[in-house]
Amino acid sequence: MPASSPNPILVADKLTITFPDGNGGLHALNDVSFHVQVREFVAVLGPSGSGKSTLLRIIAGLIAPTHGNYTFASGQSPRIGMVFQQANLMPWRTVIQNIMLPLELQGMNAAEARTHAQDLIELVGLQGFEDNWPRDLSGGMAQRVAIARALIHDPDLLLLDEPFGSLDALTRERMWMELSRIWQARRKTVIMVTHSIEEALFLSDRVLVLTQRPGNVKLDLKVDLPRPRKDEMRYTAHFGKLAGKLKDAIG
Amino acid sequence: MDSNSLLKLRQTYNRTRRWLGLVSLAAGLLAWWLAALYGGLPAFILPSPSDVWTRFLRALVSGELARHTGATLLEVLLGLFFGTTFAIILGYILAKSRVLEQILSPYLVASQAVPLVAIAPLLVLWFGPGIFSKILIVGLIVFFPVLVNTVFGIRAVPPAYYDLMRSLRASRRQILHHLEIPAALPIFFGGLRIGATLSVIGAVVGELVGANTGLGVLINISRGTFDTPMVFVAVFTLIVLALCLYGIVAWMERKFLIWQEHISNN
Ligand SMILES: Nc1ncnc2c1ncn2[C@@H]1O[C@H](COP(=O)(O)OP(=O)(O)OP(=O)(O)O)[C@@H](O)[C@H]1O
Ligand SMILES: [Mg+2]
Repeated sequence: MPASSPNPILVADKLTITFPDGNGGLHALNDVSFHVQVREFVAVLGPSGSGKSTLLRIIAGLIAPTHGNYTFASGQSPRIGMVFQQANLMPWRTVIQNIMLPLELQGMNAAEARTHAQDLIELVGLQGFEDNWPRDLSGGMAQRVAIARALIHDPDLLLLDEPFGSLDALTRERMWMELSRIWQARRKTVIMVTHSIEEALFLSDRVLVLTQRPGNVKLDLKVDLPRPRKDEMRYTAHFGKLAGKLKDAIG
Repeated sequence: MDSNSLLKLRQTYNRTRRWLGLVSLAAGLLAWWLAALYGGLPAFILPSPSDVWTRFLRALVSGELARHTGATLLEVLLGLFFGTTFAIILGYILAKSRVLEQILSPYLVASQAVPLVAIAPLLVLWFGPGIFSKILIVGLIVFFPVLVNTVFGIRAVPPAYYDLMRSLRASRRQILHHLEIPAALPIFFGGLRIGATLSVIGAVVGELVGANTGLGVLINISRGTFDTPMVFVAVFTLIVLALCLYGIVAWMERKFLIWQEHISNN
């Protein structure tokens, strides 16, 4: 168990999930416990198949754990913005209409939603593509639309599943900066799954490392690098030491 | 080749194709004309195009053609409307409930095995020669393709989109409106296109069995009086009717499915 913490927004207690697979079940997560503080940025690392996406899906309320439970501080589930491992854009909506979706679901009228969406279009650098169909976008562009869509309704909790996985290095680093900025400005709580140690260290306050399946928290590492984080930081000794710890834990 | 000249090439190709279609139609008409002129067949077996045209004009002026066409059109539209509406409602329910689908599927499959042409006389006997029995026949014939395609359309919605909608706490109604309907439309339209074509057949079958007005009745009467040009007129009117319906569905499809690649490229 992690040490009890001052102001958790989310407490996960012994989350365990077994998927039915016809022979005894596929044990994906085992006794996963952790706290997430309000406005904390938590990264989740772990080998492929360790249940990272599954963990996010449980927290988002999309699937129920077999055992264990999770509670939100507010007592009710917070507003969630989720970026899935695949962009999941609706092909019958244009770029800007896809970004507007969460606002429309909240009942905002289209004109107002469009103005908000326009800001996010600029944020993710897709000016000029507002009225394109998703089929015209590259993988990286589609993922940026998905990120904009996850941010537009000002969620309390951002759940990001490898959001920058399909971006080129340059765009990815620009998105790191943007995400840091948004996180600082709007003070969101973020849980982000990633495969990149560098990305985890650059963005997060804490890194959870999951073990091989069934996933279990192997390491809960505090990232005590000063903010705002700068590019040069990646070449410091302390960054190297933290990266080494994570590398060892992932194995 | 740059994309501009590629586009031009495609336009030329499309234009040529349309032009070829017209030529082929004209050739067919000419062949018919020649066969009627030199085939040695009496006019009540094979009337010439000009006989048919004259008969068409006469029927148009007398209002006879409009009356029968109107009756058939009304049956077709009402049958399409009710058949499609019930098929969509039941299709949605079946798509959502496997249990109900299993309970109802033997009836649905059996109903499909019944040749509608064979039970049309029964329906006319039960419900009379008026418009109701025709609407019923059209509705029944339209029902199944639309039902099946509605079920498949809803089932084909990728689960990932449900996850997205649920992560945004969308209500059932919002999921229906923003996800299921648009996602199911392409497959649904496939069913509607078949239904629209079948609907005309259904109406004519009903009218041939027993009715007071309609193009099927017109065919029966004209055949009885050896007014073969009028039979031709009625048949051509039916073809035009079916093509118009098909065209309307195709037009709606283009309008609603503009986001699909093969549609906006055409
Ligand atoms: N709905 C499901 N039904 C059955 N098995 C599932 C389901 N979802 C996930 N799994 C299984 O659970 C395990 C963990 O999957 P998950 O997608 O959470 O892994 P991951 O850590 O996100 O992997 P990756 O890094 O490759 O994305 C995998 O073995 C997967 O096959
Ligand atoms: Mg995953």
